[in-house]
Amino acid sequence: MDNAPKTYDVIEVCMLAGKIMMESGAETYRVEDTMSRIASSFGIHNSHSFVTPTGIIFSIDGDDPSKLYRISKRSTDLKKVTEVNSISRKISSGDLTVKDALLELRKIEKESVAYPIWLQIFAAFISSGCFLIMFQGQWHDFIPACVAGGLGFSCLLYLHQLLEIKFFAEFLSSLLIGLAAMLFVNIGIGYEIDKIIIGAVMPLVPGLLITNAVRDLIAGHLVSGISKGAEAFLTAFAIGTGIAVVFSF
Amino acid sequence: MIAQLFTSFIASAAFGILFNVPKQSLVQCGFVGMAGWLLYCWFVWQSVDSIIATLAAAFLVALISQLFAKMYKTPIIIFSVSGIIPLVPGGLAYDAMRRFVSNDYSMAVELAAKALMLSGAIAMGLIFSEVMNQISKKYGKIK
Repeated sequence: MDNAPKTYDVIEVCMLAGKIMMESGAETYRVEDTMSRIASSFGIHNSHSFVTPTGIIFSIDGDDPSKLYRISKRSTDLKKVTEVNSISRKISSGDLTVKDALLELRKIEKESVAYPIWLQIFAAFISSGCFLIMFQGQWHDFIPACVAGGLGFSCLLYLHQLLEIKFFAEFLSSLLIGLAAMLFVNIGIGYEIDKIIIGAVMPLVPGLLITNAVRDLIAGHLVSGISKGAEAFLTAFAIGTGIAVVFSF
Repeated sequence: MIAQLFTSFIASAAFGILFNVPKQSLVQCGFVGMAGWLLYCWFVWQSVDSIIATLAAAFLVALISQLFAKMYKTPIIIFSVSGIIPLVPGGLAYDAMRRFVSNDYSMAVELAAKALMLSGAIAMGLIFSEVMNQISKKYGKIK
């Protein structure tokens, strides 16, 4: 629009917004939409973004360079998605300048998770029990399912920091859940081992990934849809294998 | 039934916490999950096929999520994800896995196919309401 060096800042804002959203588990179409919307509200109308779960490419017609960001770790943090979304809204309505937007995005990027760890573990604890009841379990299995689910989820959180390979962390967590459930049934605290395990495993199930994969496939983002689907399948497979190991004893 | 009501609400809201949903949206997440699960339970109770029940419930979840997304100006994914979680056929997939391990392959494949169909039903439900939303938007523009 008015001056050339600004274009670099705009690209930077777009890339950062895209990166944060993709790392926090947003749908691909939303990331691409947000990036091109930010660009066009800063006066760059011919922008192209190509977003996959492992990398973002953003390019503007003309002499300006294309940029590539690699995305190596993906987690679920819908609060960041919401915040970036509201920043993009503010940019569209002209309330934020490029500099301010960049500052705010950097702040969001550094932010830690919205809820403390104990609360997350507690949520996994409670939801495991609730799922037990929803799947027609009995109330006397409520506490065993809660404990197994809480254990499994804390194990997952811990191993995620320790191990690079997500698959293995999920495998070990579900193995732990299976063992805990078996222990509870053997010492007579729990009764139905199937129901306890199903309830306790639910916090690990890749629900967000499955939803996003389908959503992306339908919207025509075939590459990201399939790769997210593969990730979801791998997670489900890891959980299944962990449980299967327990039963093969 | 009341137990189902409460547990589905709490489970969906708790999943909101696991997904780091902003605090002010947690109650709505719980509500979306509860509505979807109630519809599903009601259909199953009327002995409707579980695939159709899942389809209808997923459709309802997506519909309410779109409404909430518009009302609170937040991405739709926040609500739809926590609402979908109770419908995911975790139990069936688990059963299938267990049959595989105990060498009961024919039953295992049957259960796995059913779980796949149910996931497909969830996806179709989500897409239906998305399509409806797009049509209503386009229709509004043409008018």
